[in-house]
Amino acid sequence: MTATIERGAATAPVPAPKSTPTRKKPGGFLGSSNGKKAVMAVTGAVMVLFLLAHMLGNLKIFLGKDSFNDYAHALRTLLEPLLPYRTLLTILEVGLVASVVLHMWAAISLARRAGKARPVKYVAKKPQANGYATHIMRFGGLTIALFVVWHLLDLTFGVVNPKGFDSAPADRMIAGFEPSRWWVTLIYFVAVVMVGLHLRHGIWSAVQTLGWANRNRYRVLKASAALVSAVLVVGFLAPPLAITFGVVK
Amino acid sequence: MNLTLRVWRQSGPSDDGRMVTYKVEDVSPDMSFLEMLDVLNERLILEGDDPIAFDHDCREGICGMCGMVINGVAHGEQRATTTCQLHMRHFEDGATITIEPWRAAPFPVVKDLVVDRSAFDRIIQAGGFVSVPAGSAPDAHSVPVRKEDADAAFDAATCIGCGACVAACPNGSASLFTAAKITHLSLLPQGQPERLSRAKAMVDQMDVEGFGGCTNTGECTAVCPKGIPLETIARMNSDYLKANAK
Repeated sequence: MTATIERGAATAPVPAPKSTPTRKKPGGFLGSSNGKKAVMAVTGAVMVLFLLAHMLGNLKIFLGKDSFNDYAHALRTLLEPLLPYRTLLTILEVGLVASVVLHMWAAISLARRAGKARPVKYVAKKPQANGYATHIMRFGGLTIALFVVWHLLDLTFGVVNPKGFDSAPADRMIAGFEPSRWWVTLIYFVAVVMVGLHLRHGIWSAVQTLGWANRNRYRVLKASAALVSAVLVVGFLAPPLAITFGVVK
Repeated sequence: MNLTLRVWRQSGPSDDGRMVTYKVEDVSPDMSFLEMLDVLNERLILEGDDPIAFDHDCREGICGMCGMVINGVAHGEQRATTTCQLHMRHFEDGATITIEPWRAAPFPVVKDLVVDRSAFDRIIQAGGFVSVPAGSAPDAHSVPVRKEDADAAFDAATCIGCGACVAACPNGSASLFTAAKITHLSLLPQGQPERLSRAKAMVDQMDVEGFGGCTNTGECTAVCPKGIPLETIARMNSDYLKANAK
């Protein structure tokens, strides 16, 4: 369908457009932008729950190395002897990896759709709302993904950790953030702050996407999102900062 | 007032287009933005040049025809105001003003600042209606509506379909427009029978047209001349998810 517009004599005749846009049929729930947003919201919620548990676990380092190591061991023996060693943990890990992959898939495909929706950029563009959100979500998500790779190599697999893989979790953690490796703490600091910014928008945005927000809830919703993000940032930064500054040895 | 305008000129859909600078002198602060462009256009016609094409109709802020991105803001920086109701007193003497059309792939430029917004019509055609029995008009009180619902439905129904939400959205999403239309009908008893199928049909059409997805940045509601609230998008999301769960 092309536009036909009555034109005055002062205007030039309109040539036909270069190509008529091809319209696709809607591609089912997962193909729709709203469906992808829902996937993003649900997988994001899974990751937030994981982060809360992860943060509480990390804080055990303040109760001593043994407490931290016992916690790491307990994770692997969850529901034992009902289930074999590391069964439930592996199931949870698979669920988490699936969430990460789906979250990234939805984000990339929505970002590409957004890029196609605005082929010609504005010469001047002035954000009127909290317009930094989109920027911080996509750029921040990428930063966090890169950090997670480093983080797993450091503290999970011990590849870039001074203590290596065959060491107690608490030793890896303390060696990883020792004062001479201050730059690791710095990377960690930047990444955690990025997670906080990502969640400040992401948490309330997920509730909106799932259709549970309304004008009476926005204030509480945004305040809760900010609170959860702040708690996570403080909770995740406390152990590495305490180790780097020698409070925990 | 004397102004420098940087205006997007594009002779037709297949032209690449470019920014062209014009000087406009002796502009009255009481002129509307469109009247200021009228003055420039009269001069361009006298000089044998092609006048700048822009959409406009009622010039009362209620029809939804006008709209341009002024200094990077859809309808200009004045809140809850259409371009035709924006007055030159809000600009400083000697200012340079950048004027661009709505930018979105589903809104192809027809000429200069005129874009084709038929994509909105097709979203409405997909489900923005209620099916009612034909015949004489029913009594006004035959279907009771809660006052709160009537007010919220009316707020949503004030959407004039100008397309500023799409222009402002960093994703080029039509969510606020579609959500306003869905909310307006889904709050009223007459809209209930088709509520879920309507949400599905309209959201799917929005995707088919090539609009982007919503990232809840709130840019749309900030520039909306009618102040359509962001909560309409939550209602649309809710109806769409329910429609898919069925």
